[in-house]
Amino acid sequence: MSQLITQTPPGAPDVTPSKRRFGLEGWRRAIAIVAIGLIVVSLTRVISGAHDISSSGALAGALALAAPIALAGLGGLWSERAGVVNIGLEGMMILGTWGAGFFGSNYGAWAGLLGAIAMGVVGGAIHALATVVFGVDHIVSGVAINLLGLGAASYLAVRTFTSTGGTQSPSLPELPRITIAPLSDWLGELEASRTFLVADVASVLRALVTNLSIVTVLVVVLLVLSWWILWRTQFGLRLRSCGESPVAAETLGVNVYYYKFIAVLISGGLAGMGGGFLAMVASNLYREGQTGGRGYIGLAAMIFGNWRPGGLAGGAALFGYTDAINLRGGGDVVHAFLLPFGVFLLLWGAWSLWRRRNGKRVLGLVSVVMSVVVFAWFALTSTFPRELTGMTPYLATLLVLAFASQRLRMPKADGLIYRKGEAS
Amino acid sequence: MKTRLDPRRIGLSLAAPALAIVVAFVVTSLILVVAGDPVGEVWSTILSVPRPRVIVAIINASIVYYISATAVAIGFRMNLFNIGVDGQYRIAAFAAAVVVGQAWLPGALNILLGLIVAMLAGGIWASIAGLLKVYRGVSEVISTIMLNAIATVLVAFLLRKVAPVTGSNIVSTTPIPEDARVPGMPLIPGVSREVYGLLFLAVVVGFLYWFILGKTRFGFDLRATGRSETAAVASGVKVKRMVLTSMILSGVVAGLVGMPLLFGQDYAYGTTFQPGLGFAGIAIALLGRNHPIGIVFAALLWGFLEQQSNALQITAGVSDRLVLIIQGVIVLSVVIAYEVIRRVNVRVEQRRVAQALAQQASATKEGAPA
Repeated sequence: MSQLITQTPPGAPDVTPSKRRFGLEGWRRAIAIVAIGLIVVSLTRVISGAHDISSSGALAGALALAAPIALAGLGGLWSERAGVVNIGLEGMMILGTWGAGFFGSNYGAWAGLLGAIAMGVVGGAIHALATVVFGVDHIVSGVAINLLGLGAASYLAVRTFTSTGGTQSPSLPELPRITIAPLSDWLGELEASRTFLVADVASVLRALVTNLSIVTVLVVVLLVLSWWILWRTQFGLRLRSCGESPVAAETLGVNVYYYKFIAVLISGGLAGMGGGFLAMVASNLYREGQTGGRGYIGLAAMIFGNWRPGGLAGGAALFGYTDAINLRGGGDVVHAFLLPFGVFLLLWGAWSLWRRRNGKRVLGLVSVVMSVVVFAWFALTSTFPRELTGMTPYLATLLVLAFASQRLRMPKADGLIYRKGEAS
Repeated sequence: MKTRLDPRRIGLSLAAPALAIVVAFVVTSLILVVAGDPVGEVWSTILSVPRPRVIVAIINASIVYYISATAVAIGFRMNLFNIGVDGQYRIAAFAAAVVVGQAWLPGALNILLGLIVAMLAGGIWASIAGLLKVYRGVSEVISTIMLNAIATVLVAFLLRKVAPVTGSNIVSTTPIPEDARVPGMPLIPGVSREVYGLLFLAVVVGFLYWFILGKTRFGFDLRATGRSETAAVASGVKVKRMVLTSMILSGVVAGLVGMPLLFGQDYAYGTTFQPGLGFAGIAIALLGRNHPIGIVFAALLWGFLEQQSNALQITAGVSDRLVLIIQGVIVLSVVIAYEVIRRVNVRVEQRRVAQALAQQASATKEGAPA
């Protein structure tokens, strides 16, 4: 059976587009994107003089804020690859924050992280029960889980954290952090030199060797592990086949219900861990409303990343970065980014005008006009309103969806209700 | 018409909500027992007969919920998931509060202007998601979630720009003039608290929802597209236009959600304006099966649970957030119950048809010449 499946992937066509845009594959492509990103950032920094744009403080903050988003996105990836849309990530994350607060304050740091995962799994189990077993609309179930997660966490918090008033937990024990002091100091000096590109690379590296939480490392490991399991193992192939064409998978002997159930449980566990990260690493206690919609952002990061772990990590990094800039009050940094954004719009518009594909001309013109507006904005103001920087991750997602939705490819049977033996 | 009044059908459609409420009762009781909370006192508080003052509060809450659920239901009928009601009503309420607060028009005209501004703002905000879906193929679920978050930031930002500087911490728009306030109705005797005058707005919205979707060509097309896009295309419906129109309609109604609060209670839009109404609307629309009357009961149930649990902290020493658990369980179990009952129904139907066919077969067999 297994031979059969590995030879002819059931309904799981090669998800990588056959013709790459730049002719680069996998790692080389990722490295190229990172390199181009670094050069753009570095250029922007030197031209605008907004040095916080790539300071190691901002990057470390970005890393810490990206990790929970990546975890939520990874949760979304697992469940959507198996064909179950998971809007309930937010609720599962909230359950995770409480789990971290309760188990962390009572049984120690690692128990807190495990408790967060366990609470997320509970949320995932409810979602799996509703969507896989009972065949309820996935989004409806997800909305209900967000309601439940919020209610359950704040009800349980009042019950369990009596000493601190019920809206927050006592402070939690810390998980280990890694600092390589000499390297960090040396890179700090390099960063302070503000040299083009060198300083930026130094601050990236410095952010990675200074006060790095072990959980952040774990998140990176989980990202790679998820990629490996989903794309390089039999289990992963079968799981993904449930998201592409469950009927075909079933005819080849895959137990679709089982794979979907497992996927949603893992999804819940990852989202719960994201909540645990917020409570134990990003801060040191459970607080009501701590997630602040990060479950949704995780979902957005996953879509942004085209339902792939690498893209997801990129999306999470982008959102984590804008979050960090926002927290550091970086009105000038967001303002500086208007410049590359304007250049991008100009190039994109010119390219669509030049190619003259039907319908694209208007769009090209619009984007050229928009780029002019953005340049004018950059020239006429010196900072971006601080209050508005908070909307950048959401706006970025909308723009990406608007510009690249044709390039995105979600699992074919994503969100469809699958019933064994019923024609769809 | 005959199928609609079939008693079995009605029985089945009432069985689901009843079942869901029973399940919610059992599950919540279990949670209470596990957490070690007084189960009896909790239920006796929630299920007690509400005092007149609380009855008014329940009605007022359900008026707002009703409009919100109707906005969601319009999308549902078209197979659109408008999660963005939450952002749409806040943008709309803010815009209306600003415009009405300027007092450009006298009295009733000002109220009318406020309602129109709210509908426009809600519709425009919803149209972003609609346009993205129609022209760029962006799922409305994701875009409206993003637009909700953007609305939160945008409104907070604009509020700070327009709010008059006061000493207090609460930031809000200029209060609307006295003559533009909609007086309440003393429907329940013996209490000073009155039912929102804009109860009639909810009634009008409900009536138009029933009429337009159930009795017009447009409504038929909309429902047909929701049921089967290919069938609708075959019968000449322009699906793109339909998606955009229904998204905007949903947003227009969503714009009205905050109006009873604005004109009947808060008289301004501020940081304390009631949040989360859009998400409640999703749950209520599901519970009420998108039916104009069904939503009434669902909204009343929602308001009842919410207002009755306010006293939980005092009487039973239990967090009033328990109500969110009850509501969440109700939503989940109601959709599960509908699914289970639908399946039972299908099975019963199949058995009946099989029996009828078997009888027919045996009858022809007996009648056949040997």
